Amino acid sequence: MATEHFPIEAGHIMLFARSVGDANPIYYDANAAADTEPGHIIPPPTFVQSSAQFTEGYNLRPVIGEPWFGSGKEPTGIQRDSSGGGGGGTGFHAEQHYEYHAPIQPGDVLKAVDMPGNSWEREGRRGGTLKFNESITEYYNQDGVLVVTARSVGVQTSRVVE
Amino acid sequence: MALSKSNLNVGDQHSEQIVDNLTRTQIIQYAGASGDYNPLHTDEIFTTEIAGYPTVFAHGMLTMGMTGKMLTNYVGDGRLTKYGVRFVAQVWPGDSLTATATVEAIREEDGVSVVDLAVSTVNQDGTEVVKGSATARIDG
Repeated sequence: MATEHFPIEAGHIMLFARSVGDANPIYYDANAAADTEPGHIIPPPTFVQSSAQFTEGYNLRPVIGEPWFGSGKEPTGIQRDSSGGGGGGTGFHAEQHYEYHAPIQPGDVLKAVDMPGNSWEREGRRGGTLKFNESITEYYNQDGVLVVTARSVGVQTSRVVE
Repeated sequence: MALSKSNLNVGDQHSEQIVDNLTRTQIIQYAGASGDYNPLHTDEIFTTEIAGYPTVFAHGMLTMGMTGKMLTNYVGDGRLTKYGVRFVAQVWPGDSLTATATVEAIREEDGVSVVDLAVSTVNQDGTEVVKGSATARIDG
């Protein structure tokens, strides 16, 4: 899933910082941020995850005019097979890792380049067979500078985790 | 305020309560900001009747984000060079979480002083929900 255009916006950073309960002024007050070591508003460490807002075809964002698997009149708006998350098994985020290479600030426009990683399986105690998938995403700014490398591991369980 | 090599020792710890009585509203705030609208986190009817869980639960990334607040409060703004976690247990509405960083090493990397930290976040029962590590630049 490509993210060609991820604009770094001050309001988005503020909303993200609020959502993780972080009141640090460097995330919303440009004047206060000017007196810090970075010297400008910066995003919190996990902010690039919100590039999902700008990812074409991201499957956990409702698509206008199309059925959504969350509830409406019925508990789900779509019939899904058991491997897709609507039945017994579910996909989960197992690991997330970031490396920070260069600063990010409002006004930057990032581009995310996704690369596949390893896949492996093991038997889990709580969720049956666990299938792991790794993906690596490199975020570049408008000058072509690598700013963040993200490595994500997802896991698919074969039954509900208890 | 950054950490200084002269004031740091292996085994030093910094802990913060990162959330007290996590609300479903905060989980919804995170969904809206991050763009992960998976109903497992926000939609009680879907989560209980279709997915079979007792209630909605937090995004792992919300716990990682809240744990990051403890880290940046400790190491200073813009000082992290690495931060990674494994999500080891689910976080539910009503949970209260405490995050801890423990100094594992103080070393030089490419001519810059850095600290390696072990990261752990536990819930009100002492169950670890996030386990990870971080590296930050420190003053030499």
